[in-house]
Amino acid sequence: MKPLRAVGMMAGLGLLAVQSVASAQGTVDRTKPPELGPPPRVSLPPILTRQLPNGLKLLIVEQHELPLADFVLLVGSGGTADPAGKTGVANLTASMLREGTTTRKSLDIADQISFLGISLSPQASWESSTLSLHTPTAQLDSALALFADVALHPSFPANEFERIKKNRLTELLQLRDQGPAIANLVFPAILYGNAHPYGSPLSGTESTVTSLSTSDLQSYYQANFKPNNATLIIVGDVNPAQIEQKINALFGSWQRGDVPQLTYGEPPNASATTIYLVDKPGAAQSSFRIGAVGVPRSTKDYFALTVMNTILGGSFSSRLNQNLREARGYTYGAGSRFDMRRAAGPFTATAEIVSAKSDSALLQFMKELNGIRQSVPADELSRAKRYLQLQLPGNFETTQQIAAALVPVALYGLPLDYYNNYVQSVENVTQADVNRVAQQYINPGSLAIVIVGDRKTIEQGLRATNVGPISIRDITGQIVQ
Amino acid sequence: MNLKNRRARLVTFGYLIASVVTGATLWGQSIPRIQFEKYKLPNGLEVILHEDHSTPIVAVDTWYHVGSGDEELGRTGFAHLFEHIMFMGSQHVPVGAFDQLLESAGANNNGSTTEDRTNYYETLPSNALALALWLDSDRMGFLLPTMDLAKVNLQRDVVKNERRQRVDNVPYGRADEVILAALYPKSHPYSWPVIGSMADLSAASLNDVQNFFKTYYTPNNATLTIAGDFDPPVAKKLVAQYFGAIPRGPEVKRRATVPTVLIPRDTFLVLEDKVQLPRLFYTWHSVKGFSKDDAALDLLAQILANDKNSRLYKKLVYEMQTAQSVGAFQDGSRLDGKFQVNVTPKPGQKVADIDKVVQSEITNVIANGVTQRELQRAQNVYKASFLNRLASVLGKAEVLNSYNYFVGNPDFVQQDAARYERVTAADVQRVAKTYLGKPKIVLTVVPEGKKEMMLTASGGNQ
Repeated sequence: MKPLRAVGMMAGLGLLAVQSVASAQGTVDRTKPPELGPPPRVSLPPILTRQLPNGLKLLIVEQHELPLADFVLLVGSGGTADPAGKTGVANLTASMLREGTTTRKSLDIADQISFLGISLSPQASWESSTLSLHTPTAQLDSALALFADVALHPSFPANEFERIKKNRLTELLQLRDQGPAIANLVFPAILYGNAHPYGSPLSGTESTVTSLSTSDLQSYYQANFKPNNATLIIVGDVNPAQIEQKINALFGSWQRGDVPQLTYGEPPNASATTIYLVDKPGAAQSSFRIGAVGVPRSTKDYFALTVMNTILGGSFSSRLNQNLREARGYTYGAGSRFDMRRAAGPFTATAEIVSAKSDSALLQFMKELNGIRQSVPADELSRAKRYLQLQLPGNFETTQQIAAALVPVALYGLPLDYYNNYVQSVENVTQADVNRVAQQYINPGSLAIVIVGDRKTIEQGLRATNVGPISIRDITGQIVQ
Repeated sequence: MNLKNRRARLVTFGYLIASVVTGATLWGQSIPRIQFEKYKLPNGLEVILHEDHSTPIVAVDTWYHVGSGDEELGRTGFAHLFEHIMFMGSQHVPVGAFDQLLESAGANNNGSTTEDRTNYYETLPSNALALALWLDSDRMGFLLPTMDLAKVNLQRDVVKNERRQRVDNVPYGRADEVILAALYPKSHPYSWPVIGSMADLSAASLNDVQNFFKTYYTPNNATLTIAGDFDPPVAKKLVAQYFGAIPRGPEVKRRATVPTVLIPRDTFLVLEDKVQLPRLFYTWHSVKGFSKDDAALDLLAQILANDKNSRLYKKLVYEMQTAQSVGAFQDGSRLDGKFQVNVTPKPGQKVADIDKVVQSEITNVIANGVTQRELQRAQNVYKASFLNRLASVLGKAEVLNSYNYFVGNPDFVQQDAARYERVTAADVQRVAKTYLGKPKIVLTVVPEGKKEMMLTASGGNQ
């Protein structure tokens, strides 16, 4: 078959010019994918480490492509350090960092952020609190001064906190409008229950937010924001010696202190597979969250699980997406992930499914969750491994990407050569490893299946699947009588 | 590795190039110019090359000069549905192989559709450039031989689910289509949303796919930009080999003008939705992208509602605390534009009371203008965001393609930055008066069964 010539004949007037180009350049066999040369050698940028006398660790990566720099102050305490009964404290503490310091008012901080053209974003996650600065280096000194002030001298003004609280309570009210958001809250509540920190919402509940005061935030800040509990990640167009000097001047007087040890209770034992149905009358789609308690980041099975999940639901050509989207059109996208934290975070398979196909989709989810426990064909395994290995350089292109990649290194104490060994670590995963971790961690007999959707349209069909009993829940995960 | 990796075929509602590309100088620091080479194949395909060897990856970004604004009434949403179909394989690429081949080469890929254009892009390790060119040329030259109704039907279902996920199952998600239909006359190409209606998506036929492809998906209606780690002679040879023999198509006649938009008086609309709180949307007809007042309107939006010191945020969210959120934007597309302000009241607040504050703040800008500090903050936000767009090879490919398409010159960064540098406080005041002083469309989205909450001409509401 000569596709180029065939096209040329159809081309009419364009034929002569086109053929001369093709013959000058040589023709190409269009019938099969081009042979590719060897992938480029991956050389990830070196990471410099420094430590200030007060214990603050620095990770510095030079990247001089553009006059930009990223700074991430990573404090090793997040939502899991919320005091008992005070869920949401870490999250509100982070929100309040930009609301006033001992020398700057809320509106002054905001004025500086826009005037300097920077972004300055505080965030609390489960295991850490971060303050991220993205700045043109022309503004470096002013931006760093603001960054350090917000990080080290927050004043938690009461009037600003009242406003932030009202705002948060309204957000919690608005959350009722969103099926996917409800599913994201109900799923962990059911998996972990009340006694485990991962069972409560990071941003708090109506009752905890209402009851909190600025002294709760002050206490949280004083207990956890310590240099010996923090790492400052620095990536961009900076000179390491100069930046270390600047950081020393700004953060050197930050006082070290003891940080409370975290304890994590055991999550409740998994029940037999059950469908937890939350009614969202008139919903156009059903929000599916299916899974179980998974693994901590420290698991020795990290790479085997990553490869297995890439096949199951971690890429566009994964089984869940191919089945539920590309073969059946039930959804705009389906996938799965292991959320690995200090303790075992959830494994979750996810999709937004057209209401009328909720039952059929559930059966397909179960088919794939069972199927991944069978031996994975060698070519599928090799595709997943190549995907993980070969896309690695693309994750180190911008200063923001590099800074983000260093967060788990700092938080979970990964070796500094972690990414340089990444390709080999993925390569080492065998078919037997994938099979073993699938059997160990994906148990179709003990899954929590949370579905938020239009009960009157979907309940009967879901029941008929016989995948599990149906338990009707409210939007906080509590049983509806 | 995580759920975000699954590809979302984005539909961008409104083209916002002006909001991210700005600034020739940044506090004395010059913005690097993007070096490039542009040429045309004999079949009309435009090619733009930009070398950047800092990371061993390459971005391949193809723009087809067609969008939802080229659709016919009764076939809204078709340009975007077609975009999905372009991933379903072609004569030499079986169904499913497009993504499998790219992912196993370490690539990420996607596409998006706006009113004005459709793009398709891959970011790959640099050894895989030929793979992207083979795949993209096969769908440009050889899409139809293996096209069938089953492919169309499958992506029709996926797109309907995209609409559910982005519009129907999202609070306030249907506001946009109600506003567009009220703002523009029915024959105006921006009077329907990019995602289209369910009925029109159902009506799309295999014949529509074939005609659309033959009309718009021709080399002479496309621009291929390659940015990143490649060797130009090698890339040029590959482009010629893969794309050179695709026949030129008929000349593409696209709309150059749009029907006049006339809003004789303020128009008040209501839409019931599954929401806890109402939301007010004020929409004015404004100007197209890159036209005379476009940059000043961008800065006005920033000054009105886009940071804590902005007029409406500071008054309604920060001081009075009667609103939960505010927003504003100038949306200048290829042929026309609109300006919008939206406000969500806090629980228990009346939209009429919110409206009084919105009117008074806008009237104040019209009467008294803005301060130099307000203008400077807005300009600096724009300046800084420009650098961010140049941080990735895909970002640079998009910048080159955007300028090439919208102003006919990929090398337009300095001129574009100058547009924002030139704006004065008097300009901001003038455009506020010229455009926001005109009659507008006011939509109140209200909780189901609460139509009486809407804002009306007399302001009256519960």
